[in-house]
Amino acid sequence: MTFTFTPTDLTILLPEITLLTMACLTLAIDAYLPQNMRNLTYQLAQGTLIGTALLVFATYPQQPTVAMSNMFVSDPMGAVLKIFALLIVAVAFLYSKGYLQDRRMFKGEYFVLGLFATLGMMIMISAHSLLTIYLGLELLSLSLYTMVAMHRDSQSATEAAMKYFVLGAIASGMLLYGMSILYGVTNTLDLTTLAQYLNQPQSDNHTFLLFGLVFVIVGLAFKLGAVPFHMWVPDVYQGAPTAVTLFISSAPKLAAFALLMRLLADGLQALHSDWQSILILLSILSMALGNLVAIAQTNLKRMLAYSTIAHVGYLMLGVLTATKGGYAASMFYVLVYSLMSLGAFGMIILLSRAGFEAENISDFKGLNDRSPWYAFIMSILMLSMAGVPPMLGFWAKLSVLNQLVEAGLVWLAVVAVLFAIIGAFYYLRMVWMMYFEKAQDTSPLQANMDLRVAISANGLVILLLGMAPNMLMTLCLGTLGIG
Amino acid sequence: MQNILLTIVLAPLFGAIIAGLFPVSRRVAHTVTIGGVGLSFFLSLYVFKYIVLNGHGPYNETVYTWLTSGNINIQVGFLIDSLTALMMVVVTFVSWMVHIYTVGYMRDDPGYQRFFSYISLFTFSMLMLVMSNNFMQLFFGWEAVGLVSYLLIGFWYTKESAIFANLKAFLVNRVGDFGFVLGIAGVLMYFGSLDYDHVFKLAGEGHAKDVLVQIIPGYQWSVLTLICLLLFMGAMGKSAQFPLHVWLPDSMEGPTPISALIHAATMVTAGIFMVARMSPLYEMSETALSVILVIGAITALFMGLLGLVQNDIKRVVAYSTLSQLGYMTVALGASAYATGIFHLMTHAFFKALLFLAAGSVIIAMHHDQDIRNMGGLKKYMPITYWTSLIGSLALIGFPGFAGFFSKDAIIEAAHHAYELQRPGACFAYYAVLSGVFITALYSFRMFFLVFHGKERMDEHTREHLHETPAVVTLPLIMLAIPSVLAGMLTIQPLLFGHFFDGAIFAAHAVFDPEEYHGVLSMMVHGLTQLPFWFAMAGLGTAYYLYLVNPAIPKVIAQYLKIPHQILLNKYGFDDFYQAIFAGGTRDIGKNFWKTGDVKLIDGMLVNGTAAMVAFFSSVVRHLQTGYLYHYAFAMILGLAVLLGVFVLN
Repeated sequence: MTFTFTPTDLTILLPEITLLTMACLTLAIDAYLPQNMRNLTYQLAQGTLIGTALLVFATYPQQPTVAMSNMFVSDPMGAVLKIFALLIVAVAFLYSKGYLQDRRMFKGEYFVLGLFATLGMMIMISAHSLLTIYLGLELLSLSLYTMVAMHRDSQSATEAAMKYFVLGAIASGMLLYGMSILYGVTNTLDLTTLAQYLNQPQSDNHTFLLFGLVFVIVGLAFKLGAVPFHMWVPDVYQGAPTAVTLFISSAPKLAAFALLMRLLADGLQALHSDWQSILILLSILSMALGNLVAIAQTNLKRMLAYSTIAHVGYLMLGVLTATKGGYAASMFYVLVYSLMSLGAFGMIILLSRAGFEAENISDFKGLNDRSPWYAFIMSILMLSMAGVPPMLGFWAKLSVLNQLVEAGLVWLAVVAVLFAIIGAFYYLRMVWMMYFEKAQDTSPLQANMDLRVAISANGLVILLLGMAPNMLMTLCLGTLGIG
Repeated sequence: MQNILLTIVLAPLFGAIIAGLFPVSRRVAHTVTIGGVGLSFFLSLYVFKYIVLNGHGPYNETVYTWLTSGNINIQVGFLIDSLTALMMVVVTFVSWMVHIYTVGYMRDDPGYQRFFSYISLFTFSMLMLVMSNNFMQLFFGWEAVGLVSYLLIGFWYTKESAIFANLKAFLVNRVGDFGFVLGIAGVLMYFGSLDYDHVFKLAGEGHAKDVLVQIIPGYQWSVLTLICLLLFMGAMGKSAQFPLHVWLPDSMEGPTPISALIHAATMVTAGIFMVARMSPLYEMSETALSVILVIGAITALFMGLLGLVQNDIKRVVAYSTLSQLGYMTVALGASAYATGIFHLMTHAFFKALLFLAAGSVIIAMHHDQDIRNMGGLKKYMPITYWTSLIGSLALIGFPGFAGFFSKDAIIEAAHHAYELQRPGACFAYYAVLSGVFITALYSFRMFFLVFHGKERMDEHTREHLHETPAVVTLPLIMLAIPSVLAGMLTIQPLLFGHFFDGAIFAAHAVFDPEEYHGVLSMMVHGLTQLPFWFAMAGLGTAYYLYLVNPAIPKVIAQYLKIPHQILLNKYGFDDFYQAIFAGGTRDIGKNFWKTGDVKLIDGMLVNGTAAMVAFFSSVVRHLQTGYLYHYAFAMILGLAVLLGVFVLN
C-alpha cells in the first residue's frame, strides 16, 4: 500500500484541518487564560464551529470525491451531516455555558474536548477506509470518556465514565477484531475495494465474512446504544453532568449513523441480506426494551436514555431496508432525533439552577403555571418525540415506516407502530404533568437570555419544519442521489 | 388577483387573531374586526365587478400546495366564478352588518372581544368554504364554520341550555359530516382527484356514470347517486334539513347576531351552495335529485307548521329559517340551482334583517324573548317596526319584495319538475304551495303579537321601552334596502340571463327567457296567481286570529288538542333522538365503559400491562445492576447469540 498526497487533498480536508488547528490553538490559549477570561475560550470554540460549518458549506461537494489515498471521502451526505453536527455542537455549547458556570465547571476542557470530539465525528463521517473509521471513532470516544469524567468530585460521574470507558474498550476491541477478519478475507481496508471484492461471487469465505460482520455490528450497536449493547446508555446519561449528556446524546448520533452507512451501505452492501436480519433483531429489541423500560423511570435523564435506545431502534429500520430511500429516511430520522434530543436536554438545563438539577420527571410538574411558554416548547418536544403530527418527529417516523412497507416488511412496520404507541405514554405523561399537576417548586426560571432564545427557536423549528417536512426530506433524498 | 383574494380571506382572520389572542381593548377589538370584514366586503365587490360585470371570466388557481401524497395533492386554491363572487358579496355584506350591529347588542357582555374574534373567524371560514377550488378545502371550511358555530352557540358557556344546544348542534352535524366526508372519499376514489375542475369535467364526460357498487348485498347502487347522496347528507346536517334539522332551533341559545349571521344568512346555506357548486355531479343522478326534492319539501312544509306554535321570538324566526332552507332545497331538487342560490341571496338579506330586528326588540324588552309578553311596540320602536314589516313582507313573498321573486321562481320550478314527472315532484309542488300560506300565517302572527295589539309587558319594562341605538338600527336599514330591491334588480340576469353560465350546470333550462317580460309584468302576473292569494289568506288569518279576535287561537288549540300537542312536541323528533340515539349511545357507552373499559382495558390491558411492565422492569432492573462485569457479560452474551443465530446457522 502506497500513500500519495496531493495539494487538492488539502482543500478537501480544509474543514477538518481548520478544526484541528483551532482546537489545538484553543487548548494552548486556554492554558494561559485567567478564570475570569474563560469566556474567550467559549467564544473561540463557537467561532471555530461556525467557521468550520461555513467551510464545509463552501466546499460542498456535488459528487463523492476521495482524498488521501482513498482514506477519506467527501460527499453530499457527509457534508450535510457535518454541517448539522457542527451546528448542533454549537447549540449544545450555548445551552451548556450557563450550566457549567453555575457548577464551577466552566473550564476550557469541556470546549476543547468537545472540539476534538467533533473532529472525531467529522472523520467518522468522511471515513473511506476501515482504518479511518476506527481512528475517528476512537478520537470521538476518548474525548467523550473524558468529558463524562470531567466532574471529578462527583462519584456518579466518575463511575459512569469508568463504565463507559471499559465497555467502550470492549466494543472497540470487537469492532477492530471484526475489521481484521474482513481484512483477512478481502485483503483490503478501502471501502470501495471491499465492496467490489464482495460483489464477486463468493463460495467458501462466506462464513468468515459473516463472522467478521457480526463483530463489526456489535461494535456499531454499542456506539448506537442498541439492545443488548445498550447497558452503558442509562448509566452514562444519568451519571454524566447534564451538559455532557446533552452533548453525547445529540451530535455523536449523527456520526454513529454515518458509521452505519459507511460500513454497511458503502462497504458491505453485498452482504445486506445477512445484516438486514441482524438489524431487524436489534431494532425490535431496542424499540421494545427502550419504550417499555422508559415507562418505569422517575429520572428524566434516564427516561430520555431509554427513549434514545428506542429511537435507535427506529433509526435502524430505515437502514435495514438496504435501499437508498431507506437510507434517506434514516438520515432524516437521525437529523430530527438529534434536534429533539438537543431540545429535551436543553429543557433540563433551562429548569436547573445553581445547586439544583431539574432531572426528575416530577420537577416538570405544573410547568405551565410557572412558565406557559416553556411548557409549550417542552410539549412540542415531547409530542414530536412521541411522533404526533404535525411535529417533525411524526414525519421522521412516517418516512421510515413508509420505507419498511415499500421494502415489503409490513409486519415490522406494524411492530414499530405498536411500540410507538406504548412509547407515546411516557412522553404524553410529561405533557400531562406540565399542564395538569400542581407545581412543587414555584421559583421562577433563572436561565440566561441566550439559552431562552435558543431553546425557543429549537422547539419552534421542530414545529415549523413539521409544517413543511418536505424541505428536510428533499435534502436527505438529494444527498443520496434521489429525488 | 391572487393578492386581492388572499386579502379577502385573510383580513377577517387577521382581525380574529388580534381580537382573540391578544389582550386588546373593546374598541380595538371591534375596530380591527369591522375594518377587516369591511375590507373584505369592498374587495369582494371589486372581485364581483372584475369577474362578472367586466366579464373577465372565472379565476381558478392554486395558491399553495400543502402536501402531496402519491397522486393526491392537498392544496389551497381559489375558484372564483359568478356563483362564488355572488356568495362572497352576500357573506361579507351580511357579516359586516352583523359586526356593526354587535357593537350595540353585546355592549355590556364581558366576552366582547371573544365574540368579535369568533365572528371574524367565522367570516374567514365561510370565505374559505365558498372560494375553494377543491373538495379538501371545502371540507376545511365546512368543518371550520361548524366549529365556530359550536363555539358561538355555547358562547354563554355558563348557561346549561347553551351548552346542551351546542353539543346537540355538534353531534347532529357529525352525522351529516360523516356522510359528507364519505362522499368526498367516494369522489377521490372514482374520479382520482379532488379538484372541482377535474372532477366536473370527468362527470360531464359521463365518467363513473354507469359504475355500480354493492354496499348491502343484493342491492346495486350507481356510484354517482351514492356520492351525491352522501354529499347531500353533509348538506342536510349543515343546512338543517329534515331529519337532521333538530339542532337549528336550539342554536338560538347563542347571541342574536349569531343567529342572524350563522344560523340564518350564511352558514346554514353552505349546504345549498355546495349542492349548487356540485351541480355537474347532481345533474347526473335523477335519484339523488328526487331525494333532495322530497327532503326539501318535507322541511319546507312541516317545519313551517312548527313556527305556528312557538312563543319565543327567535324560535319563530328559526323555524321560518328551516322552512325557507327547505324551499331552497326544493329548488335544488328541481334542478333549478340558480333559483336556489337566488333565494339563498334574498333570504340572507331579509332573514338577517328579521333576526336583527328581533334582537332589537329583545334589547328593548330587556332580554325577554316571549312574544306573549310583548305587543304594541310599534309606537316605541318605529325604525324596528318598519324594517320588520319590510322583512316580513319579503319573507311571505309579497309582490315587489325580494322574497316574492325568488319564492315564486321556486314554486314555478317545482311545478316544472312536476310536469317533467320527476319522482316526488308532485308532493313537493303542493308542499311548497301550501307552505306559502303557513309562512304568511306564522310571520304575521309574530309581527302582530309583537308590534300591534295590547301592551302585555309589565310596567317596569314599558317605562324603559325606547328605540335601540344607531349601531343597531343602521344595519337594519342597510339590510332593509336589499330586502326590497335585491329581487327585482337581479332576477333577470340570475334566472333568465347567463349569469351562472359555466358555474352552474343544469341538463335543461328550467326557465325560458322568452317567457320573461320584465319585473313589472311578473308582479302583475303574480297578483293573479295562487301563491299570492295563499299569502294573503295567511296574512288575513293572522290578522283575524291575533288582532281582531285573539280568543280564538286558544279555542282552536283546545279543539285540535292532539295535532297541537304534536306540534308543541315538534313531531317528537327531539325526544326520539334524545331517547334513542343520545340515550342509546349513552347506554351502549356505559356498557362499553363498564365491561370494555373498566374490566377489559383498565383491568386486563392497562393494569395488566402495568403489572407486566412492572414485572418486566423489575427483571430488567436486575439486569441493569450497575455492575460493570454484568454489563460486559451481557455484551458477550449478545455477541454469542448473534454468532449462534446468524453464523452457525
